[in-house]
Amino acid sequence: MPLILVGGVIFGFGLGFSQMARPEVVLTFLTFEDFGLLFVMFGAAVVSGVAFAVMPRIRDAAPLTGDRYERRLKPFDRNVLVGGAVFGVGWGLSGICPGAAYASLGVGNVTILWALGGMFVGAYLQGLWRSRTAARSAAPSSAD
Amino acid sequence: MPDPLVAQTAAELFPNGVSRYAVGGLLVGLGAVVIYVGTGIAAGASTFLESTLSYVSDQSRFQRYVSSRDWRLVFTFGIILGAALFAVTVQSGVVTTSLYQPGTTGRTYELAGVTLWLTDVQPWRLFFGGILVGIGTRIGKGCTSGHGVCGVGSASKTSLVGVATFLAVAVGTAQVVAALGVTP
Repeated sequence: MPLILVGGVIFGFGLGFSQMARPEVVLTFLTFEDFGLLFVMFGAAVVSGVAFAVMPRIRDAAPLTGDRYERRLKPFDRNVLVGGAVFGVGWGLSGICPGAAYASLGVGNVTILWALGGMFVGAYLQGLWRSRTAARSAAPSSAD
Repeated sequence: MPDPLVAQTAAELFPNGVSRYAVGGLLVGLGAVVIYVGTGIAAGASTFLESTLSYVSDQSRFQRYVSSRDWRLVFTFGIILGAALFAVTVQSGVVTTSLYQPGTTGRTYELAGVTLWLTDVQPWRLFFGGILVGIGTRIGKGCTSGHGVCGVGSASKTSLVGVATFLAVAVGTAQVVAALGVTP
């Protein structure tokens, strides 16, 4: 847990320093006025890419949890496209994504509570819907 | 001596320079790496939304995250704390570096000697955009940190497609919203 906190602090400091925690900066990137945000996304992916490539070769398991080092691979299905598109509309409208929203609160931006509130509402709505769909498909269908 | 045409193009593409972005990006990556090296966890920020809802809702969709909800709370608290640390140091001018371009977006205000920052983006955009972000990241299996940092760093095809999708749609949306004259 202390290590998660340290990692989070570095992560959050980086989001503040890069100004990705400012919706305006994300919006100027998306409207092609300032391409600097590419350096945040690719810079971070390159750094993590080195770790994801190297760690599994030098150690079998993480020291604190004993978990095996694995790459972050998730199965591809239609949801990745549908969810990605919905997220894209939201990101393009608001200029904020989840991690940056937490960081935005840290730099003093209390207005971002609107976005955080919205994210919880959205996550709750999809969770409610998907929980019900899962329960319905698990139960034997009697309606038809 | 740099080619003047190259310098001019760079100034147009990167009006705020690249150093704050590059340094910030390296730190974001480093934060994810610290967690990965110690625990083997590929950290993402958006699962926090669902895992935290498991404290207050019995829905099966949220309850599946009970085992990870505590560290996700710590991770999010760390992000807020790290950004606050940035506000107390660099944003307040206590620590100065030529790598940081403050820029002119939003507004700053002072509280207890700390320079804090407020967005000018309208609340309705943040709220409705936030709802879509909450729905989309959870259905799409990840956000800018899960897919963008850890997934792309893993060279995951799913994440590369996910990032390409939300980036392309976000560019289109932001352009349309700007063209409709909504500012900021």
